[in-house]
Parts: sequence; structure tokens; C-alpha cells
Amino acid sequence: MVDVVKPEEMIKIDPTPPSTNWMDVPPDFSPGKFPYPSQAKSLEAVGFPNAREWSPADEDWKLPENWQQIIHEGFKERLDKYRSLKVFMDSCVRCGACADKCHFFIGTGDPKNMPVLRAELLRSIYRNDFTTIGKMLGKFAGARKLTPAVIKEWFSYFYQCTECRRCSVFCPYGIDTAEITMMARELLHLLGLSIHWIMDPVSNCNRTGNHLGIQPQNFKEIIEFFCEDIEEITGVTLNPSFNRKGAEVLFITPSGDAFADPGTYSFMGYLMLFEHIGLDYTLSTYASEGGNFGLFTSSEMMKRLNAKMYREAERLGVKWILGGECGHMWRVINQYMGTMNGPANFLEAPVSPITGTKFENARDTKMVHIAEFTADLIKNNKLNLDPSRNDHLKVTYHDSCNPARGMGMLDEPRFVLENVCNNFHDMPESTIRENTFCCGSGSGLNTEEIMDLRLRGGLPRANAVKYVHEKHGVNMLSCVCAIDRAVLPPLMDYWVPGVDVCGLHELVGNALVMEGEIEREMDLRMEDLPGKEGDSDE
Amino acid sequence: MNLNLLFSLAAILVLGCVGYFVPNAGLQMFFGVILPYIAVLTFLCGVIWRVMKWAKSPVPFRIPTTCGQQQSLPWIKQNKIDNPSTTTGVIIRMFFEIFLFRSLFRNTKAEIKDGDKISYEWEIFLWVGALAFHYSFLTVLVRHLRFFFEDTLLKEKLFFVGIIETLDGFFQIGLPIVLISGFVLLAAVLFLLSRRVLNPQVKYISLAADYFPLLLIAGIAATGLWMRYIERVDVTAIKQITLGIVSFNWTSIDVMKSVSGTFYLHLFFICTLLIYFPFSKLMHAAGVFLSPTRNLANNSRMVRHINPWNPEVKVHSYESYENDFREKMIEAGLPVDKES
Amino acid sequence: MGLITLIEEKRSKIVKEWFKLTIKTYPKEKSDFFKKKKDSMANPVGNTLSKSLEDILKGLTDDVENNEMAKILDPSVRLRAVQEFAPSSAVSYIFFLKNVIRDILKKDLTKEIEKELLIFESKIDRVSLIAFDIYMGCREQIFTYKANHVKERTLKLLEKADLLCEVPEVGAEIIPHNVYLNGGFDDK
Repeated sequence: MVDVVKPEEMIKIDPTPPSTNWMDVPPDFSPGKFPYPSQAKSLEAVGFPNAREWSPADEDWKLPENWQQIIHEGFKERLDKYRSLKVFMDSCVRCGACADKCHFFIGTGDPKNMPVLRAELLRSIYRNDFTTIGKMLGKFAGARKLTPAVIKEWFSYFYQCTECRRCSVFCPYGIDTAEITMMARELLHLLGLSIHWIMDPVSNCNRTGNHLGIQPQNFKEIIEFFCEDIEEITGVTLNPSFNRKGAEVLFITPSGDAFADPGTYSFMGYLMLFEHIGLDYTLSTYASEGGNFGLFTSSEMMKRLNAKMYREAERLGVKWILGGECGHMWRVINQYMGTMNGPANFLEAPVSPITGTKFENARDTKMVHIAEFTADLIKNNKLNLDPSRNDHLKVTYHDSCNPARGMGMLDEPRFVLENVCNNFHDMPESTIRENTFCCGSGSGLNTEEIMDLRLRGGLPRANAVKYVHEKHGVNMLSCVCAIDRAVLPPLMDYWVPGVDVCGLHELVGNALVMEGEIEREMDLRMEDLPGKEGDSDE
Repeated sequence: MNLNLLFSLAAILVLGCVGYFVPNAGLQMFFGVILPYIAVLTFLCGVIWRVMKWAKSPVPFRIPTTCGQQQSLPWIKQNKIDNPSTTTGVIIRMFFEIFLFRSLFRNTKAEIKDGDKISYEWEIFLWVGALAFHYSFLTVLVRHLRFFFEDTLLKEKLFFVGIIETLDGFFQIGLPIVLISGFVLLAAVLFLLSRRVLNPQVKYISLAADYFPLLLIAGIAATGLWMRYIERVDVTAIKQITLGIVSFNWTSIDVMKSVSGTFYLHLFFICTLLIYFPFSKLMHAAGVFLSPTRNLANNSRMVRHINPWNPEVKVHSYESYENDFREKMIEAGLPVDKES
Repeated sequence: MGLITLIEEKRSKIVKEWFKLTIKTYPKEKSDFFKKKKDSMANPVGNTLSKSLEDILKGLTDDVENNEMAKILDPSVRLRAVQEFAPSSAVSYIFFLKNVIRDILKKDLTKEIEKELLIFESKIDRVSLIAFDIYMGCREQIFTYKANHVKERTLKLLEKADLLCEVPEVGAEIIPHNVYLNGGFDDK
């Protein structure tokens, strides 16, 4: 054989020399590698600076003339406002414990997705601008000058972090990359650099009360559709109220539950539960969004959007607020809401009107998670449940990052699951609870143009699901997050076909035996319940 | 080429030459007395200045990383250490964090062991190495107290130095008693260094500022061991110098001249470390106490946390919302505050 | 001794070499992590690849049906379909097996074995074709997700039912983006 070219020689191997310092590796902005930028009008609608049409693929990002000054001053302001930022900039020893904890790093192998290096992107500028040693020694002290290339790198990699906090669990100093990403994104927003999948929901939410821009009458209509479906499935008629003054409880859930499957089935589950226990509650069209994409832009924007919850609760004169299943919504409620928009003295410390349980852990914020609420109902035997209706499902549970690592709600949903279905299997320990892997699309990254990246970032989660799918035949992945419910279905379809996704309260709704209901033949998805379809063939 | 490592090595070599040769050129007084004062002063002031600088920035939000079950309904078992809701819980969490490197220990978990088992266990060594390094360093420091206090005082007041020395010398290998901590320190430093050189990921993220302190501490440990086991330096003379420094009653220049160059090298490295400390990542020692993801209780739904700069923001009010949609709301039968 | 027995004997060596070559198709900084031995939860890419290569070789020596082979191939091809490879690179790793086997069995290549090896190599070619089918299937799947993205689906629904608000300044188009038009891609 003469001159045979080996296959491995025919393949173009990445030309990047391996030992290049990371500072010299430019980010990739070819199509599919970046989320689309926000539109000028979305920025203008909420008064964000430098609104313009631009694209990350362009050479010129149309930054304001004094952009370096803006970043420098913005950085300084945040160092003075946040001890976390200052301590996290100074304390890292680059031990590498966090390196392989990030789902994006595990899925992509890209070293700049190691949390430590993601933070170094910011630290290198911090050292250059704010430390003497950095100014003196430059690159050897890990410092570098702020150039447009750095800004581009920030945009690329701080939109490849889902603020899931998994790295922070393993860091010996508790350095939280979510915190660093938030700061970096705030800085980017000062230059008008934001992405459409975050800014459009933000400006919609500001104006119409929810991310999608659903108008009040339509919100009501959607809920009424759900009630019709529920009536068809259970024979029970529901009459939820909207914007009703004097109700005891205001219920707020992410609008995703109102418009996107399979979240809609969870919404039906909530409605059925409230009917079953006779809760005196109301829904609001003004505060019709539990989620808060403001969290992904700036703390001020987060506060603006979050403020509506208390304002509406005060206007309606309710006693306390009940919150639906949502991930980052609960990060905001648990760790920011009371501080930002409290004290909510016009509300009362939450007490379950059904069981009399006082929710001590929510006595100041006055907002209770529905999983806590339902767990209490079940524990006190207030629900009539038939878990066998979920017997065709083998369920596992995905701890959503924020309720897990920004709150610690781990056992409540599991307790509910164990009571509403008979087959529950947890995923391997290193992938659940505080170690849970992100869906790969959190913090506003659930946009379709970066689908490949999302599939890579979601691989660790999918891989753990695959494990229980193969070992126990798991076919249903339950979760308590609206983003999860939107993004896990394609993730499952690609990596673990045969596993579907549902919210916790969809399963509750299925198992719930309501007063006066007919024999159920369908589940909330209006699919035939196995063994119940007409019963004629048995 | 690992430029960062080379840069650090070069820096250590230069410092080493300075520390070994320059004092014997008649500068013993400066290197043996003045520099240590400067170093200690810089260290103390520097550390205080850095901590004050951190403390000056407020903690606007309560952002603990919750690593266990929250305080919830009374029948749900809370993980009071990893997700504390009380100050006691936080103190215990911080204790584990600071003394046992709990978070780093989490690193060692590998559950599904398919195939090659041994290689999965590897990560526990970062934790073991870090513990060995910090504790042997501490032991060495405590043992050095006898250079700074009179023997009588030491026996009465600082009895723990003796205890540590007894424990430390537990492994007797002939005479002199091999005080194990020095060797552990050197070994741990070399292990941590080798990780940075050999592990491709860690190498990729390492800066000169990561190699330099490791090399410096290796230098300190090596010179110390050299003096004790190989060169057998004149301990009495050294003790005269050190006691002189502490009591501001400096020993005579003749004694200072009689001491070996290795001692000055050792001392010079230590002074460098002290001066370098407050301006470097070594400040993680203080940073860990101030980390808001660890030192706060997860109780922000129970007790309101105050943000000193809580900004006023413009909220899209219900009124303007209703103004936008009033007619449609009325038509849909939704209650409104103002009829048209 | 036949070819299959020879391969059986050197199976682990072959898989190891093959894995090494496959990993080399990744940029150095990435491959360093993927080849690290780790818990399959902590390094799914590396584990999936190495297990898959083992299975493919086993499938080849067991002479399994095309359908069965497709199932065996799926995990590794599926992985490489989302890893930013050109299509040729994505499925290239199947071909690597040919040279790996030739290299490792260099000393044992009698005429008989050589003949068997040619047949075996044509089987590898067949496997690579199956791999390409899977690759295209995966890509199409991903394109479908992009096209059918949840929000678009619901947007259509809402539009149909005239449920969407057109706040003039903000607009309800949440899937706008003619970035490709003004982003410098028009000529592509």
C-alpha cells in the first residue's frame, strides 16, 4: 500500500495550540454559538442604556464612547455595594475543586466553563483596575487590560452560566459563580449588552404583568379553559376568582404554567387542589408572573418586577401569598424579596386555613411554597389521594437548582411525591439535592438558537436520568420549575427518549380524589389512564 | 512552556540568592532584626487593612448556599449544619468549613464506580493534601514559639507547645527525634505544587501568583529541615537572636555573625511571605470568614435582612396597568378599581 | 487462529488505542478532561465514548444485525452530533478502528488473516454509514427542537386565539430576530 492517508489524518483537528494562555483564546461568535441580542425597544421600554440594534456576530458592537469608564465605574460601584463580590475577587486560590462541577464544563469540556476560569474573566480586570500588584506585574499577576475582546468574552461566557450555584457547594471559600455572573451581567447591561430571551420577558412583564405579554382578559380565558378541561376529566366545576379583594390568599405562579405544556397540567393541579380543600384564594392578572427575569439583568430590575407581588397583595387585602412551582422565582422570594420590597406588614404570618399550621419559616416574607403547603395538607390527612392513578408512571425528581441551593427545599416535594405515586426512584446521590445538576438552560438561556449548547449543558442531568431510566424503568421526570418544564422535554427526547416531564402538582392533581368527581378515565393530559379506558376490555 | 512557573521559580531563586549571600556581607543587623520588624508590621497592618476593606462593603442580600434541607415544617428534619437557620448553626457550619474544609471534602464523593476503581479516589488527595498542609504549617508555627519565649515561661504558660511537640515527635526514628510536621509540610507543599504542574486543568488555571507562594513555603520548609537535620545549626545563638527581637533587646553583632547563612535565608523567606501575604490570594485565610454564602443563616423568610442601600425603584403600578387594560378587563368581567 | 480470536485477545488494547485517537479529535483543552477517569455521573462524555467504542467493537466481532448496530452506535454518535464537529469529523472515529486494528495486529497478519481483515474492514465501512444516518437523525432532531420550540408553539396558539397583546412600544414578538439579516450573514 502506497501513501495511504489515515482517517485520523484526514480530519481537521482544531488548530489551537494547546498551551495557549486562556487570555489569548478569543470567543467564538459563529451562528449558533450565541443567544440573540435584545431588541432596542425592549431595552427602551424599561429604560436601560445604549438601546440599539446590534449583533454579537458583528465586529463592532456599537458600545458607547466611554465604555471603559462605564465598566470601571460600574465595577467600582458594585465592589462598594457587595461584600460578596469583593471577597470573591480576592479569595480564590485556584485549587480547581470547582472545575469539574459545572454542567457546562462537564458537557462541553471548554476550560472557560470551569467556574474558576469564568470568574477569572472578571478577576483579571479587577486586578488590573483595582489592585497594586496587578498593575505592577500585569499578566504574571493574572491581570489584563480591558479591551473590546474582553467584553465579548464576558458576553460569551457569562451567558454560558445558568447561575445554578453548584460550584459554590464545593468551593472551600463558598465562592458563588452565580453571584459573579450576576455582577458581570449587570456590567454588560450598562453597555446595552443583553439577550432577547431575557429582555423581552422583562419588558413584557413590566408592562403586562407576565413574561409572555398575556393581557388580563386572556389570562382569565386561559384559566377558564383549564377549568373546562378539569370538568371534562373529573366532572367537578371550578370557579376560580381573579383580582378579588378580600380573599384570604393570593396565589402567584410562573406564567409559564399558564401557557406552556406540561406546566399547564400543573396549573390544573393547583386549581383542583384549591377547590378540593376549599381554599379562599384569588389569582391576579396584574401579578400574574411568579418568575422574575429581572434577576438576570440587575438587582434594580429584579426589585421592580418583584414589587408587584406585595403591591397586589396589599391592594387586594389578602392575608398571605402562596407561590407556585418555579425555580428562580423562589431564589428571589427566599433570598431577596423581604430585603428588597419588605417589610410586608400589611400581611399576616401565613397560617394554613385547612390544617391550622403556622408556617414559621415564612413569618416575615409571608409567602409559602406550594410544596410546603401541600406537604402539610398530606401530613395532616386533609387530602383524599389515590396514588394508583399514577401507577403507569415511574417517577424521579429533578431538584431545581434554586429551590435546592438557594432555599433548601428538598424533602417537601419528595414527601408529596411519595404520597401521590407508588413508584418513585431518586437519581444517583451526586446528582440530586444540593448536588443537583442544572437543566442546562436556566437564567434566561432557554432560547432555541443555542440548542446545541443547551443539549451539551444538560447532558449531566440527562445522563443521571438515563441511569434511573435504565435501572428502574423511570419514565417521568418531575420537577418544581417552569423553566425545567419548558426545557427538559427536548433534553429528554434527545438523550433519554421515553422519559416525559411533569410538574409536581400534575401528579397531585392526578391522584386527588375530589368530592363529587366522576370515575376518572383520563389523566390531566386527557390521555387514557391505563386499565381505566372504558374498562370493557378487562 | 509554563511561563508562570518559570517566572515564580526565577523570583524564588533571586530571593534565595539575596537571602543567602547578602546578610553575610555585613548586613546581619538589617536582615536579622530590622527586616523581621518591617515584615511583621506589614503583615499585621496589611491583613487588618484588607479585612477592613472587605468589611466596608455591606452585605445587601442574604445569600447562603444551602447545602441541605431547610427549616420548614416541624416534622421535616432540617439539616442544621449545611442549611443553618440560626447563629449556632452558622457557627458550626463555619467551624467545619474552617477546621475541616468540609466543602472541599464534598469533592471526594464518587458514587458509580464503573471500571477502573482506583483512579476515582484520586480527588480525596486534594482535601488530604490541603489538610496536611495547613495543619503541619500550624504545628510548625506553634513549635517555633519556643524560639520566642523563655523556657520557663513556655513551660508554665504555653504548655500546649510541649504537648504538640510530644505528639509531633511520636514517630521516633533514631536521634534527633524527627519532628514529623516539617516533613509533612514539605511533602504537602510539593504535592500541591505537583498538582498544579501535572493536572492539565489545574495547570491551565494556575497563575504565577499560585506557584510563587508554594515555592516560597517549600523554600521555608526545606531550609528549616536543612538547618535541623543536616547542617545542625547553633540553636542557642539563633534563640538569642529571636528572643532579642521579641524583647527589643537585640543580641550582639558577634552572635549574629556567628550564625549560618541558611538561617538568614530561612528568615528572609519568612519575611517575604509575611510581606507578600496581605496582598495576595493567601488572604483566603481571612476571606473564608467573610464569605456571605457560608456565614449567613438561611432565615431571610423568617427575619428581614436589611440592605443599607436598598434603592428606590420605579414600579409599573396597578393603576397604570388598569389604565392600559380597563375596558378589556370590564368586558371580561374582571373587577376594576375605577369604572372608566 | 482466526481474526476474531485475535481481536478478542487484544480487545482492551484496541479499544484503548481507538479511544485515544477518538479523543484526539477534540481540542486539547477539552480532551484533557474527557479522558479523565471519573464517575460516569461526573464525566458522562468520556464514559459514554469509552463504553460505546467497546460496544461497537463487540457488535462487530459478534456480527450483529444493522438494527442492533444502530442501537449500539447511537450513544456515541448522538454525543458527537452536539459537539460542534463538522459532519465528517463527527463520524470519523469509526474509521479510526481500521488502522488501530492493523497497527495492533501487524505481526499476526498472515495471508489468511489479511483476507479476513479486508472483510472485517468492509463491515467497519458499513458501520460508518449507519453512523452517518444516526448523525443526520440527531441533527434533524435538534433542528426540530429549534423549529418547534415551546414558545413558538404556544405563540401560534395564542395568536390563533387572538390572545396576544400588542403593546406598541414593547411588542409581543418574542421570537423576533432578524439578526442574521443585519448581523452580517445576508450573503451566506
